[in-house]
Amino acid sequence: MGSTASSGDRRGLTTDAYVADGATQTAVKILVVGHFAVGKTTFIGSISEIEPLSTEETMTQAAEAVDDLKGVRGKTTTTVALDFGRLTLSDRVVLYLFGTPGQTRFVQMWEDMARGALGALILVDPERLADSFPVIDLIEQYGLDYAIAVNHFDGNPERAERALREALDLLDETPVVTCDARNEQSSAAALTTLVRYLLDRAS
Amino acid sequence: MRAGGEDFEFEPADLVRAYIITKGRELPDEQQLSLITLVTATPEEGRRLNRLTPEEQRLLDICSAGYLSVAEVAGHTRLPLGVVRIVLASLTESGHLMTRPPVPRARNADKELLEEVLNGLHRKFG
Ligand SMILES: Nc1nc2c(ncn2[C@@H]2O[C@H](COP(=O)(O)OP(=O)(O)O)[C@@H](O)[C@H]2O)c(=O)[nH]1
Ligand SMILES: [Mg+2]
Repeated sequence: MGSTASSGDRRGLTTDAYVADGATQTAVKILVVGHFAVGKTTFIGSISEIEPLSTEETMTQAAEAVDDLKGVRGKTTTTVALDFGRLTLSDRVVLYLFGTPGQTRFVQMWEDMARGALGALILVDPERLADSFPVIDLIEQYGLDYAIAVNHFDGNPERAERALREALDLLDETPVVTCDARNEQSSAAALTTLVRYLLDRAS
Repeated sequence: MRAGGEDFEFEPADLVRAYIITKGRELPDEQQLSLITLVTATPEEGRRLNRLTPEEQRLLDICSAGYLSVAEVAGHTRLPLGVVRIVLASLTESGHLMTRPPVPRARNADKELLEEVLNGLHRKFG
């Protein structure tokens, strides 16, 4: 499953699949993180210009397992699927969005993902706040700046935001936006909020 | 796209297959072939005339019509990222591929990039 070659690429890719103005582009990435089923894949699908792709991070673990194969057979290695999408923003910058699950045990993957990332958008479900703690810890541990996008807001949004800030122990400056990950404009607005915040921090 | 779970078990047969594809080579330098390093095929003149493995040929074919990120090559071929990295490194070494690694992070470069990202988002989504 997953890693067997499909006939998908034999037909070749359409022109749209390639990065426009690739020779002049600088690629940057932003992480879209959150616990399982919080809406990461949906978010990326809403704003990506390509059909979201998925890939597996395995090789470090695979290499260890290959060594093991000399001795013990039948060892399995857990791997993880990453979703990602692409936004060509000009002839100079192409932005990749990587959807990264919150499991802390995928250390290698987190290092790969975090290295060089501009920042992270943390998707949060206010009904399951505690599930977001490990993700926020990880993002802070890797030193990434982040904004919070809250998926569903019931009741009084203002009071809800105050409670949420307190529960997640956020800095006052950390942006909190509401976001319907199924909606392109709403997702784009959340991303814009993050980038504006990152720019403030860089200035 | 896989439904439901975000992690799954990787079968030993796949590991052996991955090992054969990569001929047991070491992982390439992580910066040079990061997830967002852009790769494309070089003009044929500069290439070493070595025989390519089927996997090398397959990845080179995909990279022949423009630039793709390393992650996209993995996504389109459905090969594990680690395998893709190694095969792409081999193709780069033999002059079949060229790579555009992302710029190293630096405060000034960041600011310019972030401005470009912000303007781009505004242009795209209003
Ligand atoms: N109401 C609502 N549902 C959402 C939202 N984002 C995602 N969903 C739904 O939540 C489910 C899980 O989303 P998914 O993107 O697969 O989550 P992931 O595991 O974080 O990638 C899907 O059925 C989505 O349609 C949102 O902003 N609002
Ligand atoms: Mg998902």
